[in-house]
Amino acid sequence: MGEPMRIRAQSAAGQTTVRILMSHEMESGQRKDADGKIIPAWHIQDVTASLGGKEVFSAEWGPSVSKNPYLQFIIKGTHAGEKITVTWKDSKGDSRSDEAVIV
Amino acid sequence: MNKRRDVLQWGLASAGVVAMEAMSPVDALAYEKSAFEAKTWTDALKVLGSPSPTESKDVVLNAPDIAENGAVVPLSASCALPGVKRMIFLVEKNPTPLCSVFNVSEDILANFSMRTKMGQTSNVYAVAVLGDGRALMAKKEIKVTLGGCGG
Repeated sequence: MGEPMRIRAQSAAGQTTVRILMSHEMESGQRKDADGKIIPAWHIQDVTASLGGKEVFSAEWGPSVSKNPYLQFIIKGTHAGEKITVTWKDSKGDSRSDEAVIV
Repeated sequence: MNKRRDVLQWGLASAGVVAMEAMSPVDALAYEKSAFEAKTWTDALKVLGSPSPTESKDVVLNAPDIAENGAVVPLSASCALPGVKRMIFLVEKNPTPLCSVFNVSEDILANFSMRTKMGQTSNVYAVAVLGDGRALMAKKEIKVTLGGCGG
């Protein structure tokens, strides 16, 4: 379990903008430690988001997504009061799920 | 004597493989590992089933001209055409160019913003795959003054 995600979802002008800040090291697998050994890759692989229980997108990420990933996506229509749930799973099998109410 | 050592080593090696397979998460099948391991952006697209996308003004890629810090390069891509099934971000000169794949449902716009790492100055591609299988793309060169891959 990583740190909680920060999710902000706002409905305006007929669409809902969702901004997410995840907390994850996103180790690329390219860096070396002090002994010159490669630090193995460790990154978020799968991300899904659902609106009121219905999945709106799924994503697959590689190690080149930046550390503490930021993601913004846009849902069609206004959905004030509905719940958005975001889940990620990383390459070590760890996962985290957080939700926010759309304002 | 040599033979015996070989057999032992082989045995250990395969035990390692089995252990690794057992460790990977259950639904790793859904994750297109070989696409993310591809060394060129065209190979990655081939694995994803969308080789040779056409450049199109319908795909809009927003990114800075110069990234001072290659570890955090903001990318934003959208495609206003109806029926977009997939949005793909690639960085040509990264060791593994495929950055992310978004499977788009009809409940959302094909419009994503995220941040990527870039090892060096490179072309960045945003590919939109439509329902009929057509793949459209936008590209942009981003100059990196400080890389974000190595240590």
